[in-house]
Amino acid sequence: MHTDHILPTRVYYTIFGILLLCTYLTWQIAYYDLGRLNTVAALGIAVFKAVLVVLFFMHAKYSTRLTWVVAAAGVFWLGILLALTMGDYLTRGWIN
Amino acid sequence: MPELAHHNPALAHQFENLAQQKEASTLGMWVFLVTEILFFGGLFLTYCVYRNSYADAFTAASRELIVWAGTTNTAVLITSSLTMALAVRAAQTGQRRLLMILLAATMALGCVFLGIKAFEYYAEYIAHHVPGAGFQFEAEHYRHAQIFFSLYFLMTGLHAVHMIIGLGIMAVMLWWSYRGIISAEYYNPIEISGLYWHFVDIVWIFLFPLLYLIGRHAH
Repeated sequence: MHTDHILPTRVYYTIFGILLLCTYLTWQIAYYDLGRLNTVAALGIAVFKAVLVVLFFMHAKYSTRLTWVVAAAGVFWLGILLALTMGDYLTRGWIN
Repeated sequence: MPELAHHNPALAHQFENLAQQKEASTLGMWVFLVTEILFFGGLFLTYCVYRNSYADAFTAASRELIVWAGTTNTAVLITSSLTMALAVRAAQTGQRRLLMILLAATMALGCVFLGIKAFEYYAEYIAHHVPGAGFQFEAEHYRHAQIFFSLYFLMTGLHAVHMIIGLGIMAVMLWWSYRGIISAEYYNPIEISGLYWHFVDIVWIFLFPLLYLIGRHAH
Protein backbone atom coordinates (compact mmCIF):
# COMPACT_ATOMS: atom_id res chain seq x y z
CA MET A 1 0.00 0.00 0.00
CA HIS A 2 1.83 3.02 -1.30
CA THR A 3 -0.18 6.20 -1.50
CA ASP A 4 2.80 8.56 -1.24
CA HIS A 5 3.18 11.13 -3.95
CA ILE A 6 6.76 11.41 -5.07
CA LEU A 7 6.88 14.71 -6.91
CA PRO A 8 9.30 15.25 -9.79
CA THR A 9 12.27 17.42 -8.73
CA ARG A 10 11.18 19.91 -11.41
CA VAL A 11 8.24 20.92 -9.17
CA TYR A 12 10.58 21.79 -6.28
CA TYR A 13 12.96 23.79 -8.49
CA THR A 14 10.04 25.72 -10.02
CA ILE A 15 8.60 26.63 -6.61
CA PHE A 16 12.09 27.61 -5.44
CA GLY A 17 12.47 29.92 -8.46
CA ILE A 18 9.09 31.57 -7.83
CA LEU A 19 9.93 32.06 -4.13
CA LEU A 20 13.24 33.76 -4.97
CA LEU A 21 11.54 35.95 -7.58
CA CYS A 22 8.90 36.97 -5.01
CA THR A 23 11.64 37.82 -2.49
CA TYR A 24 13.31 40.06 -5.06
CA LEU A 25 9.94 41.70 -5.89
CA THR A 26 8.97 42.39 -2.27
CA TRP A 27 12.42 43.90 -1.63
CA GLN A 28 12.27 46.17 -4.71
CA ILE A 29 8.64 47.25 -4.23
CA ALA A 30 9.52 48.47 -0.74
CA TYR A 31 11.59 51.31 -2.27
CA TYR A 32 8.57 52.82 -4.06
CA ASP A 33 6.18 54.97 -2.08
CA LEU A 34 2.77 53.42 -2.66
CA GLY A 35 1.15 54.68 0.52
CA ARG A 36 -0.94 52.00 2.22
CA LEU A 37 -0.39 49.71 -0.76
CA ASN A 38 3.19 49.09 0.42
CA THR A 39 1.91 47.02 3.33
CA VAL A 40 -0.74 45.35 1.19
CA ALA A 41 1.87 44.35 -1.42
CA ALA A 42 4.38 43.13 1.19
CA LEU A 43 1.80 41.00 3.02
CA GLY A 44 0.17 39.83 -0.22
CA ILE A 45 3.49 38.52 -1.53
CA ALA A 46 4.32 36.97 1.87
CA VAL A 47 0.97 35.14 1.97
CA PHE A 48 1.50 33.93 -1.62
CA LYS A 49 4.97 32.62 -0.73
CA ALA A 50 3.66 30.92 2.43
CA VAL A 51 0.86 29.22 0.46
CA LEU A 52 3.38 27.87 -2.07
CA VAL A 53 5.58 26.49 0.73
CA VAL A 54 2.59 24.89 2.48
CA LEU A 55 1.10 23.36 -0.68
CA PHE A 56 4.25 22.00 -2.31
CA PHE A 57 7.20 21.87 0.11
CA MET A 58 4.96 20.73 2.98
CA HIS A 59 2.91 18.50 0.67
CA ALA A 60 -0.41 19.88 1.95
CA LYS A 61 -1.77 19.62 -1.60
CA TYR A 62 -1.40 15.84 -1.33
CA SER A 63 -2.40 15.47 2.33
CA THR A 64 -5.62 14.14 3.81
CA ARG A 65 -8.72 16.28 4.37
CA LEU A 66 -8.12 15.98 8.09
CA THR A 67 -4.71 17.64 7.73
CA TRP A 68 -6.34 20.41 5.72
CA VAL A 69 -8.91 21.01 8.48
CA VAL A 70 -6.19 21.21 11.16
CA ALA A 71 -4.02 23.61 9.13
CA ALA A 72 -7.01 25.77 8.21
CA ALA A 73 -8.11 25.86 11.86
CA GLY A 74 -4.71 27.28 12.85
CA VAL A 75 -5.00 30.09 10.31
CA PHE A 76 -8.66 30.66 11.26
CA TRP A 77 -7.86 31.10 14.95
CA LEU A 78 -4.96 33.38 14.11
CA GLY A 79 -7.50 35.38 12.09
CA ILE A 80 -9.78 35.65 15.13
CA LEU A 81 -6.86 36.80 17.28
CA LEU A 82 -5.84 39.51 14.80
CA ALA A 83 -9.32 40.60 13.66
CA LEU A 84 -10.94 40.98 17.07
CA THR A 85 -7.97 42.73 18.68
CA MET A 86 -7.35 45.09 15.77
CA GLY A 87 -11.10 45.62 15.52
CA ASP A 88 -10.74 47.18 18.95
CA TYR A 89 -7.54 49.18 18.41
CA LEU A 90 -8.39 50.48 14.94
CA THR A 91 -11.80 51.81 16.02
CA ARG A 92 -10.82 53.50 19.29
CA GLY A 93 -10.43 56.82 17.48
CA TRP A 94 -14.11 56.74 16.52
CA ILE A 95 -15.17 57.56 20.07
CA ASN A 96 -15.24 61.23 20.90
CA MET B 1 -6.51 -7.46 6.85
CA PRO B 2 -2.90 -8.54 7.42
CA GLU B 3 -0.20 -6.75 5.47
CA LEU B 4 3.38 -7.48 4.62
CA ALA B 5 4.41 -4.06 5.95
CA HIS B 6 3.20 -5.32 9.31
CA HIS B 7 6.61 -6.90 9.79
CA ASN B 8 8.58 -3.69 9.31
CA PRO B 9 10.43 -3.05 12.60
CA ALA B 10 9.57 0.65 12.34
CA LEU B 11 5.83 -0.10 12.60
CA ALA B 12 4.60 0.69 16.12
CA HIS B 13 2.18 -1.91 17.43
CA GLN B 14 -0.77 0.46 17.81
CA PHE B 15 -0.98 1.02 14.04
CA GLU B 16 -2.52 -1.20 11.38
CA ASN B 17 0.15 -0.42 8.81
CA LEU B 18 2.87 2.06 7.89
CA ALA B 19 0.53 4.25 5.85
CA GLN B 20 -1.73 4.75 8.87
CA GLN B 21 1.31 5.43 11.04
CA LYS B 22 2.57 8.05 8.59
CA GLU B 23 -0.84 9.73 8.46
CA ALA B 24 -0.97 9.89 12.26
CA SER B 25 2.53 11.37 12.62
CA THR B 26 1.89 13.94 9.87
CA LEU B 27 -1.37 14.99 11.50
CA GLY B 28 0.33 15.19 14.90
CA MET B 29 3.01 17.46 13.47
CA TRP B 30 0.39 19.75 11.93
CA VAL B 31 -1.40 19.99 15.30
CA PHE B 32 1.91 21.05 16.85
CA LEU B 33 2.45 23.59 14.07
CA VAL B 34 -0.99 25.09 14.81
CA THR B 35 0.17 25.78 18.38
CA GLU B 36 3.29 27.36 16.85
CA ILE B 37 1.17 29.58 14.58
CA LEU B 38 -0.61 30.93 17.65
CA PHE B 39 2.67 31.19 19.61
CA PHE B 40 4.21 33.45 16.96
CA GLY B 41 0.75 34.92 16.28
CA GLY B 42 0.72 36.65 19.66
CA LEU B 43 3.95 38.46 18.75
CA PHE B 44 2.68 39.40 15.30
CA LEU B 45 -0.43 40.78 16.99
CA THR B 46 1.71 42.85 19.39
CA TYR B 47 3.63 44.15 16.38
CA CYS B 48 0.35 45.17 14.67
CA VAL B 49 -0.94 47.00 17.74
CA TYR B 50 2.26 49.00 18.30
CA ARG B 51 2.94 49.69 14.64
CA ASN B 52 -0.61 51.04 14.39
CA SER B 53 0.02 53.32 17.37
CA TYR B 54 3.58 54.44 16.56
CA ALA B 55 3.85 54.15 12.76
CA ASP B 56 6.48 56.90 12.35
CA ALA B 57 8.80 55.51 15.02
CA PHE B 58 8.47 52.03 13.48
CA THR B 59 9.44 53.17 9.98
CA ALA B 60 12.34 55.23 11.36
CA ALA B 61 13.60 52.29 13.42
CA SER B 62 13.08 49.79 10.58
CA ARG B 63 15.36 51.89 8.35
CA GLU B 64 18.23 51.21 10.79
CA LEU B 65 18.15 47.46 10.09
CA ILE B 66 20.64 46.06 7.58
CA VAL B 67 18.40 45.35 4.60
CA TRP B 68 20.96 43.37 2.56
CA ALA B 69 21.44 41.02 5.49
CA GLY B 70 17.69 40.45 5.84
CA THR B 71 17.25 39.90 2.10
CA THR B 72 20.23 37.54 1.90
CA ASN B 73 18.92 35.58 4.86
CA THR B 74 15.52 35.25 3.19
CA ALA B 75 17.20 33.75 0.12
CA VAL B 76 19.36 31.48 2.33
CA LEU B 77 16.31 30.15 4.18
CA ILE B 78 14.33 29.58 0.99
CA THR B 79 17.31 27.66 -0.43
CA SER B 80 17.45 25.57 2.76
CA SER B 81 13.75 24.82 2.31
CA LEU B 82 14.55 23.58 -1.22
CA THR B 83 17.32 21.28 0.05
CA MET B 84 14.95 20.08 2.80
CA ALA B 85 12.16 19.33 0.31
CA LEU B 86 14.66 17.47 -1.89
CA ALA B 87 15.92 15.59 1.18
CA VAL B 88 12.38 14.32 1.86
CA ARG B 89 12.18 13.24 -1.77
CA ALA B 90 15.53 11.45 -1.52
CA ALA B 91 14.16 9.63 1.55
CA GLN B 92 11.04 8.66 -0.39
CA THR B 93 13.11 7.20 -3.21
CA GLY B 94 15.51 5.49 -0.81
CA GLN B 95 18.62 7.41 -1.94
CA ARG B 96 20.43 7.32 1.37
CA ARG B 97 23.64 9.05 0.29
CA LEU B 98 21.77 11.89 -1.42
CA LEU B 99 19.50 12.20 1.63
CA MET B 100 22.52 12.65 3.89
CA ILE B 101 24.12 15.22 1.57
CA LEU B 102 20.88 17.22 1.40
CA LEU B 103 20.35 17.12 5.17
CA ALA B 104 23.93 18.34 5.66
CA ALA B 105 23.33 21.10 3.08
CA THR B 106 20.15 22.15 4.93
CA MET B 107 22.12 22.33 8.18
CA ALA B 108 24.93 24.29 6.53
CA LEU B 109 22.45 26.84 5.16
CA GLY B 110 20.82 27.07 8.60
CA CYS B 111 24.24 27.88 10.05
CA VAL B 112 24.82 30.55 7.38
CA PHE B 113 21.48 32.11 8.36
CA LEU B 114 22.41 32.14 12.05
CA GLY B 115 25.87 33.53 11.25
CA ILE B 116 24.40 36.47 9.34
CA LYS B 117 21.87 36.96 12.15
CA ALA B 118 24.68 37.03 14.73
CA PHE B 119 26.53 39.62 12.63
CA GLU B 120 23.37 41.76 12.56
CA TYR B 121 22.86 41.50 16.31
CA TYR B 122 26.47 42.55 16.80
CA ALA B 123 26.07 45.52 14.42
CA GLU B 124 22.90 46.62 16.24
CA TYR B 125 24.62 46.27 19.59
CA ILE B 126 27.50 48.47 18.38
CA ALA B 127 24.98 51.03 17.05
CA HIS B 128 23.30 51.23 20.50
CA HIS B 129 20.04 49.84 19.19
CA VAL B 130 19.54 47.34 22.01
CA PRO B 131 16.64 48.65 24.17
CA GLY B 132 17.56 49.70 27.67
CA ALA B 133 19.87 52.18 29.38
CA GLY B 134 22.39 52.29 26.50
CA PHE B 135 19.80 52.84 23.79
CA GLN B 136 20.47 55.75 21.42
CA PHE B 137 18.05 57.11 18.84
CA GLU B 138 16.77 60.44 17.53
CA ALA B 139 14.96 62.18 20.41
CA GLU B 140 11.57 62.33 18.68
CA HIS B 141 11.25 58.52 18.47
CA TYR B 142 13.47 57.56 21.41
CA ARG B 143 10.78 55.79 23.45
CA HIS B 144 8.77 54.16 20.69
CA ALA B 145 11.77 53.04 18.62
CA GLN B 146 12.69 50.92 21.64
CA ILE B 147 9.36 49.12 21.29
CA PHE B 148 10.27 48.33 17.68
CA PHE B 149 13.71 47.04 18.63
CA SER B 150 12.28 45.03 21.54
CA LEU B 151 9.91 43.32 19.13
CA TYR B 152 12.69 42.93 16.57
CA PHE B 153 14.98 41.13 19.03
CA LEU B 154 12.14 39.08 20.53
CA MET B 155 10.67 37.93 17.21
CA THR B 156 13.95 37.25 15.40
CA GLY B 157 15.36 35.76 18.63
CA LEU B 158 12.44 33.35 19.02
CA HIS B 159 12.81 32.52 15.32
CA ALA B 160 16.56 31.90 15.80
CA VAL B 161 15.81 29.57 18.75
CA HIS B 162 13.55 27.60 16.40
CA MET B 163 16.38 27.48 13.86
CA ILE B 164 18.78 26.12 16.49
CA ILE B 165 16.23 23.46 17.53
CA GLY B 166 15.80 22.68 13.82
CA LEU B 167 19.56 22.16 13.47
CA GLY B 168 19.40 19.72 16.39
CA ILE B 169 16.53 17.82 14.75
CA MET B 170 18.44 17.68 11.45
CA ALA B 171 21.52 16.35 13.24
CA VAL B 172 19.42 13.49 14.62
CA MET B 173 17.92 12.86 11.17
CA LEU B 174 21.40 12.77 9.67
CA TRP B 175 22.44 10.23 12.32
CA TRP B 176 19.32 8.08 11.72
CA SER B 177 19.92 8.21 7.96
CA TYR B 178 23.51 7.14 8.49
CA ARG B 179 22.37 4.28 10.74
CA GLY B 180 19.95 3.11 8.05
CA ILE B 181 16.85 3.65 10.20
CA ILE B 182 15.31 5.75 7.41
CA SER B 183 14.09 3.90 4.34
CA ALA B 184 11.69 4.39 1.41
CA GLU B 185 9.06 2.51 3.47
CA TYR B 186 9.72 4.46 6.67
CA TYR B 187 10.65 8.10 6.23
CA ASN B 188 8.07 9.79 8.54
CA PRO B 189 10.81 11.35 10.70
CA ILE B 190 12.31 13.12 7.67
CA GLU B 191 8.88 14.18 6.43
CA ILE B 192 7.74 15.75 9.71
CA SER B 193 11.16 17.31 10.40
CA GLY B 194 10.73 18.90 6.99
CA LEU B 195 7.31 20.24 8.03
CA TYR B 196 8.95 21.91 11.01
CA TRP B 197 11.79 23.37 8.93
CA HIS B 198 9.39 24.78 6.32
CA PHE B 199 7.21 26.29 9.05
CA VAL B 200 10.21 28.16 10.47
CA ASP B 201 10.93 29.37 6.92
CA ILE B 202 7.34 30.67 6.62
CA VAL B 203 7.69 32.63 9.88
CA TRP B 204 10.74 34.37 8.40
CA ILE B 205 8.86 35.05 5.14
CA PHE B 206 6.54 37.26 7.23
CA LEU B 207 9.18 38.69 9.57
CA PHE B 208 11.34 39.93 6.68
CA PRO B 209 8.96 42.51 5.12
CA LEU B 210 7.39 43.51 8.45
CA LEU B 211 10.73 44.25 10.14
CA TYR B 212 13.14 45.23 7.37
CA LEU B 213 11.09 46.82 4.61
CA ILE B 214 8.48 49.09 6.19
CA GLY B 215 10.53 52.30 6.04
CA ARG B 216 12.54 51.90 2.84
CA HIS B 217 10.62 54.34 0.61
CA ALA B 218 10.33 57.23 3.07
CA HIS B 219 13.59 59.15 2.79
